[in-house]
Amino acid sequence: MSGSAVPAASMDPAFDRAAVEAFLIHEADLIDRRDFEAWLALYTDDCRYWVPLEEDQADPQHTVSLIYDDRKLLETRVRRLGHPRIHAQAPPSRTLHTVANVIVEPEPEDGRIVVRSSQIVAEYRQNRTRLFAGRCTHRLEAQGGSYRIAFKRIDLIDSEGENRGIPIIL
Amino acid sequence: MWTTERIADLVQPGRVHRDAYTDPAIFDLEMERIFGRAWLLLGHDSQIPRAGDFATTQMGRQPVLMVRQRGGGVSVLFNRCAHRGSTVCSAAKGTVTQFVCPYHGWTYGLDGALVAVPSPAGYPEERHPQQAGLGLAEVPRTEVYRGFVFASLAADGPSLGDFLGPLISSFDDLVDRAPEGEVEVAGGVSRHAYDGNWKFVLENHLDTIHPRYVHASSIAAANEQDDGRPTDGAGEVAVRQMRQNGAPNELWEGIGLWVAGGGHGYMADYHDDEKLVAASDDPVHVEYQRRMEAAYGTARAREILSVTRWNSIVFPNVSFMSQFGQLRIVRPIAAGRTVLDTYVFRLKGAPEEMFRRAVAFANVVNGTGSPVLTDDLEVYERLQTGLGADGNAWVDTGRGFGRDVRDGDNGLDRGGTGTSEIAVRNQFRAWAEYMTGTGATEAGGMAVAAE
Repeated sequence: MSGSAVPAASMDPAFDRAAVEAFLIHEADLIDRRDFEAWLALYTDDCRYWVPLEEDQADPQHTVSLIYDDRKLLETRVRRLGHPRIHAQAPPSRTLHTVANVIVEPEPEDGRIVVRSSQIVAEYRQNRTRLFAGRCTHRLEAQGGSYRIAFKRIDLIDSEGENRGIPIIL
Repeated sequence: MWTTERIADLVQPGRVHRDAYTDPAIFDLEMERIFGRAWLLLGHDSQIPRAGDFATTQMGRQPVLMVRQRGGGVSVLFNRCAHRGSTVCSAAKGTVTQFVCPYHGWTYGLDGALVAVPSPAGYPEERHPQQAGLGLAEVPRTEVYRGFVFASLAADGPSLGDFLGPLISSFDDLVDRAPEGEVEVAGGVSRHAYDGNWKFVLENHLDTIHPRYVHASSIAAANEQDDGRPTDGAGEVAVRQMRQNGAPNELWEGIGLWVAGGGHGYMADYHDDEKLVAASDDPVHVEYQRRMEAAYGTARAREILSVTRWNSIVFPNVSFMSQFGQLRIVRPIAAGRTVLDTYVFRLKGAPEEMFRRAVAFANVVNGTGSPVLTDDLEVYERLQTGLGADGNAWVDTGRGFGRDVRDGDNGLDRGGTGTSEIAVRNQFRAWAEYMTGTGATEAGGMAVAAE
């Protein structure tokens, strides 16, 4: 062992970096395979799924967001993705999520593991390819040998830019 | 070559030629004759509360900035150095003590006056830029109405009051709803874009047929949503609005569509505060009404809250909605490219929870990832693509044609039903007046006469 301090939390298997990373990859895979029901099942009842407008936006209440879903709205969002007359996804986008630079924070927040990562989503639809690059923050609840997502925040680097609509799951 | 006669031929009773949406030369003329003439809304003075605060935007294709002066006034300046032409501000907003050009350091005061140039001895006296009176040029006309900053690139033309005509009451409706009689832009300015013509969005915001088709997927998803599922309030506001888009046809037929001269119009008698902002037993709404009555007196407070206006359009660049404090400013980029800047207002003196609901509402109607907005943007892009077809070169605007009625002597015409295309016809009447240089686009409903 080197002399550097090891955070106590890293001794807890719930903070296992490899397991957390495998879970984020699993989440990305469900989205890219368009298994949105299974993706939604990863989220807790008190979840938030949030794409802020502003860099370092403090909260979703005092300024608008590109997306801010509580559980009820997230269920509606996912149900809509399966509707035959969703014009913005007819035909549907093909997406590819790449997750990298995973950091498990040493201290939990609200009893949840805090994970930061980088995410690049490539989207192809109607002869166009777009990239959504962002920093992600997950808050995960250890449950039954895996995790559930209580909070996912995606800070797109171009959140304040002039974007066309974003109908996909990021 | 777009002669006046050819342009006039594009707008006919009950139809419009597709070139009005697709031809780049028409777009160039629109920038000159509409966006170069009309009063354009640039923002709200609460965005720039202190001296030196600025916000950059565009008037048509021209870069401008609005800046708070030391004396408290608001100036609108072209964002163009008098020397070689660089913009002097690149940020969307900020605070400065002076404007400094990045290229050669020409330096300007907040009022645009040139205060320094490098190596001044290098100029012959008669050509010294300060002697020559160079500076950041001021946009010809600026007027602020209840905090809303308007400017015009034309040195002459109707006053702002004459330009707005009856639509001035929509701005009053928004501001009067604040117990303190003032609103402020709160939070950031969200932007979204679509690859389609700028006129689509102005038409769409007074189009009552489209929701059940364009928004079919979000209506169905919301209708199937279990109301018992967890929400912090945001989802509740959003789901309610999605369901509202699926209101029965009788509701849409029965609401009011009013239009005025200059292409303006609004939708009203849609849903009232009881259904929209809150139920009457909602403690937030009860507290809000209490504050309104304390501020204005019971009778005046009731009068203010009885106005049931929904979207208002001020042609050519404004769409706003007073009940939830929403504003969208339309920025045309090209015939097939448009950007919208969206703002949310806080009603000063109202319960903070009302602002939270306004933000939740903004996310669902203006959020780039909204389950509602994304379908609108998709359809705008499909319109632009479809209008490239030679078959059916005319866009039909005939719904309710000939059934519009003069609404007394208030300068307004009203659609015969709530699903009339009166707003599109009225917008194109103003469009033709601007584009052909005929008619003064004066206040006063003219849609009936035009038919």
